[in-house]
Amino acid sequence: MSKEHKVDCGRRRLIVATAAVGGAGAVAALVPFVSSMLPSERAKAAGAPVEVDISKLEPGQMMTVEWRGKPVWIINRTKEMLDTLPKLADAVADPKSEKDQQPAYCQNETRSIKTEILVAVGICTHLGCSPSSKFKHGSEEGMASDWLGGFLCPCHGSTFDFAGRVYKAKPAPTNLEVPPHMYLSDTRILIGEDKKGA
Amino acid sequence: MAANTNFEKYKSDGSIPGNVLEWVDARFPATAMWKGHLSEYYAPKNFNFWYFFGSLALLVLVLQIVTGIFLVMHFKPDASLNAAGVPVAFASVEYIMRDVPWGWLIRYMHSTGASAFFIVVFLHMFRGMLYGSYRKPRELIWLFGVGIFLCLMGEAFFGYLLPWGQMSFWGAQVIVNLFSAIPLIGPDLSVWLRGDFVVGDATLNRFFSFHVIAMPLVLIGLVAAHILALHEVGSNNPDGVEIKKLKGENGHPLDGIPFHPYYTVKDIVGVVVFLMVFSCVVFFAPEGGGYFLEYNNFIPADPLKTPPHIAPVWYFTPFYSILRAMVWPILGLDAKFWGVVAMGASVVIFAFLPWLDRSPVKSIRYRGPIYKTFLTLFVIAFVILGYLGTQPPSYWGEKVSQVCSLIYFGFFLLMPWYSKVDKYTPEPERVTMN
Amino acid sequence: MKKLLTALLFAPLMALASGAALHLDKAPDVSGDNAALQNGAKLFVNYCLNCHGASFMRYNRLTGIGLTEQQIKDSLLFTADKVGEPMRVAIRPDEAKQWFGATPPDLTLIARARASEHGPGADWLYTYLRSFYRDDKRPTGWNNVVFENVGMPHILWEMQGQQVLNHETHKLELAVPGTLSPAEYDKQIADLVGFLVYMGEPIAGLRKQLGIAVLLFLGVLFVVAYALKREYWKDVH
Repeated sequence: MSKEHKVDCGRRRLIVATAAVGGAGAVAALVPFVSSMLPSERAKAAGAPVEVDISKLEPGQMMTVEWRGKPVWIINRTKEMLDTLPKLADAVADPKSEKDQQPAYCQNETRSIKTEILVAVGICTHLGCSPSSKFKHGSEEGMASDWLGGFLCPCHGSTFDFAGRVYKAKPAPTNLEVPPHMYLSDTRILIGEDKKGA
Repeated sequence: MAANTNFEKYKSDGSIPGNVLEWVDARFPATAMWKGHLSEYYAPKNFNFWYFFGSLALLVLVLQIVTGIFLVMHFKPDASLNAAGVPVAFASVEYIMRDVPWGWLIRYMHSTGASAFFIVVFLHMFRGMLYGSYRKPRELIWLFGVGIFLCLMGEAFFGYLLPWGQMSFWGAQVIVNLFSAIPLIGPDLSVWLRGDFVVGDATLNRFFSFHVIAMPLVLIGLVAAHILALHEVGSNNPDGVEIKKLKGENGHPLDGIPFHPYYTVKDIVGVVVFLMVFSCVVFFAPEGGGYFLEYNNFIPADPLKTPPHIAPVWYFTPFYSILRAMVWPILGLDAKFWGVVAMGASVVIFAFLPWLDRSPVKSIRYRGPIYKTFLTLFVIAFVILGYLGTQPPSYWGEKVSQVCSLIYFGFFLLMPWYSKVDKYTPEPERVTMN
Repeated sequence: MKKLLTALLFAPLMALASGAALHLDKAPDVSGDNAALQNGAKLFVNYCLNCHGASFMRYNRLTGIGLTEQQIKDSLLFTADKVGEPMRVAIRPDEAKQWFGATPPDLTLIARARASEHGPGADWLYTYLRSFYRDDKRPTGWNNVVFENVGMPHILWEMQGQQVLNHETHKLELAVPGTLSPAEYDKQIADLVGFLVYMGEPIAGLRKQLGIAVLLFLGVLFVVAYALKREYWKDVH
């Protein structure tokens, strides 16, 4: 036994060295395999910023465009719609949009760059269904009589107001996501990018 | 596996890993398998260069399976045309090469791996022939090995259709049509194999299924059987001496050393050298001079236009040459049929080696000049057949391949005679070290 | 000077494709020369992309030859709206088939597909694009020494001028000079072929660099693994 212990030292050093170099190689060899599962160039090209013309979007109307395979809503909110927002400060979970669900330039009362125009990803923050629009008041939409208009997720009943803020005590944990976007001109929005050449 | 149950189960030293191992050992032969196949599997101590290729073949198998798993994530077995007018399968390979992050490396590893597999397996088989590793008591190891080789040929053939290039398409077309040479059922058989009247989408889909599921499953099963059979009877060695005949006081063969750590550390060196050669191809010559990735396969499959010169991939060419060498109708059956028979026989005949060889010794080291001459001629004929298979048909090519086919079969069929009458020197008692 | 000119004229000479081994001129290697490759990309977009697609090549891959996305957008992006899109052909494939009798092949992989036992694909392309000659028997009025009865007309004839085939010497002679001198024309073709080679495998440069790193690493691994083997095997006699 003692004889074995004598040779151990040099041997152990070599085992450690081989294992270390070989292990480093194995980890490096993992990189290509793991990264091959990331979005491909094709997926990235499909996820490139989308340009939207909103010149024909009348007040009170909403349009949906696809960005990275997700629906992005653009809503031209009327004055009445915007007036509902302050009234709901107590009813919604995150009235001041403190959770990081929007770019800094949209962390305001209306969660938008322009007061009227809301740009939001139409995916419920609960489990990924796309909520449907329930813009009319109360029972006209089959909602509770005090409903002021907004969105209802058909899957688990989360409700959102006209700024995409989630109501309290609903399954969805956060407000709807506002994607990075910018105005190329007064009526052209670029969704997915917020500063030129970034 | 019976031998493994003789190993003692692990008794914990009280540490947590020790307790876990004891718990596992009571329910699964972990320690027994480790000892039986590695740390107390006694291998002859005189393995030489030729003995690297078995473990290298296993390495390449793992490499092909792993790269294959990742390729399947992106490949689409679809022969229909996409918006740009390119077959979807072909486009998906280029998608892997360009759009998938690192896809090019994974694909080159897989395509180079295919050729590497055959190089390693050919050398591994040649080792068996050099040292008589197929002789009693290792006949079954050899038969499993022939099975592995057949599966590997199938696996390579099915896989080669998938990129859906011109060579893929026309190669599959020609090989499937070989089956139509079988009398009576042939034509219907080849339609059934293709699932269409030409190689088409149905063919591509079923070849994909065979390539990624059916063949790998059989291959893994056969490899397991090959290794289990080997560890049951023990490894042969360059001297062809049975080391189990002479055991020391501890019951272990005098000329044996535990596979682990001795051959694990040795095989690691072999693996590193292999990876160096492999990397040279993958990184600096992934097309392998047009042999590993054929140039015409960068053109999408076109059922209306055969490339001017089609040849199988290099690892099939020796057998393909034998097919082409048969030009005479016999017994009222046409030459095409006999060509297919000859090609099939040229592969299957390896299975009969254990019973064709009548020499009193196993290893070439103790055999006489006749066997050495025949083996040398066989290797030369094999290489020439391989070369001719890559070339377009020609008058002299045909004559030479006929002579070489004769030598090829002569090596096997005359073996019962020449291996018996050949001179030999008696095997030593113990193995020799360099 | 005259000698030089004649030498240049006879540079693309080759045996007729009458069974004799095809002689291909060596294409200058411009890999890594971004200015040349960018010129090649410009030629490709301006001349080839009208009829041939490069459907596996995304425009933003051109960043690999030193262009910025803005430059690509401004001067090369004719057949797509986004730099992430592939280089589609300008005409419809079915129309092209009507005009030329066959759909012009996709050129993404042409440099790899044209390799043969005669030489690399680059050499074939370099020789081919310099071997058009006037032939009234052809519907397009053009024929080619490397690719007999080719369907494609000589798109670059204004640059090269018009060659004729001397049937006695089997050599090409420049009958009507083009806007470029033969040397200048050869340079343009070299750039274009260089780009086609780049497009065939855009990661080729990275592949070779990575290969060196991998081999160096394996060299280190070999040293320690071999030392480990020696250490264990000193027990075995």
